[in-house]
Amino acid sequence: MIKKVLVIALIAVIGFSLMNVMLQIPFGEKRETVGDYYLQKSPQELKVANSVTAIVVSFRGFDTLGEVTVLFLAAMSLASIMYRRKRKGDIEIRAKKPSSRILQVGAQIIFPMVVVLGAYVFIHGHLTPGGGFQGGAIIATASLLMLITYRKFKVNHNTITWIESIAGIVFVGIGMTGLLKGLTFLQNFLELGELNSLLSGGIIGIIYVAVGFKVAAELTGVIDTVLLNNRPDNNDNN
Amino acid sequence: MDQLLTISFYGTAIALIAVGLYAVLAKKNLLKIVIGLSIIDGGLHLLFVAIGYVKGGTAPIFSPEITSNDVMVDPVPQALVLTAIVIGFAVTAVALSLVIRLYRHHNTASIDQIKNLKW
Repeated sequence: MIKKVLVIALIAVIGFSLMNVMLQIPFGEKRETVGDYYLQKSPQELKVANSVTAIVVSFRGFDTLGEVTVLFLAAMSLASIMYRRKRKGDIEIRAKKPSSRILQVGAQIIFPMVVVLGAYVFIHGHLTPGGGFQGGAIIATASLLMLITYRKFKVNHNTITWIESIAGIVFVGIGMTGLLKGLTFLQNFLELGELNSLLSGGIIGIIYVAVGFKVAAELTGVIDTVLLNNRPDNNDNN
Repeated sequence: MDQLLTISFYGTAIALIAVGLYAVLAKKNLLKIVIGLSIIDGGLHLLFVAIGYVKGGTAPIFSPEITSNDVMVDPVPQALVLTAIVIGFAVTAVALSLVIRLYRHHNTASIDQIKNLKW
């Protein structure tokens, strides 16, 4: 009880001081920030309609490479934490009962649509809201639907590893090509095209497609690892 | 009116952070602690995006309908939040897998009963 009172007092102090600091920053006011520079440069020099994409992939492209690496690291450590040795008699079935007919038929209809939506989101990442991470997450949702609907739906981890590796190599390879052409790492070396057309922005579209594939493969792998290695029936200390 | 908007936007974000912090500090169940971390994440993202808002601004996307007179919100906090969401996902995934592992080992998710966490 005394602990809860202490915690509430501490949170009240933190919240009050945070609020005091935040009230110094006027809400909704135009400020001269680095954002103005980006807003000016992204349609003119990069020919990218979506400035957030321009920042994430071009101005801070190196940071995004690190972000993708963090995601990869999380998937790897999750797999190694959740790993459990296969035994005799282990059957790779997730649910005890099969799912209902409605879910099975509905999943068949929805699955291709969701995959196409995800692909659309990451292909048009430089034109519309969205991008590689969002599109990849949408595709991973589709595979989650299949995994919880069909007890025997299997995700091939070999394929996932290949997709992941190729997408990562494409990302780094594009960056290195910039270096080979005498520019900086991840600088644009392709033709820019016209603003608001699909083939605009040079390397940004290609990088976001690669990121989309990578994120989709990684999230699908994460979901599959958690579902497969989490059978509650045997309580061994392994 | 402006003051009210400021207080409501920043206040919501800070309230979310406070709720998450309470869950992390006071709850006994490991799962609830991880949920608290996620709530703190959400509050921080809201705070970032609220700071970047410009009155009357549109999304920072130069679609053909945009004229040069249109005001746009600051794209930098949005890009930062995009990164932060992905990192938040990674943190939540690894934390949950550790919780599952602890549960498998101790048959409980309560931090009071997991004695070897104490020092």
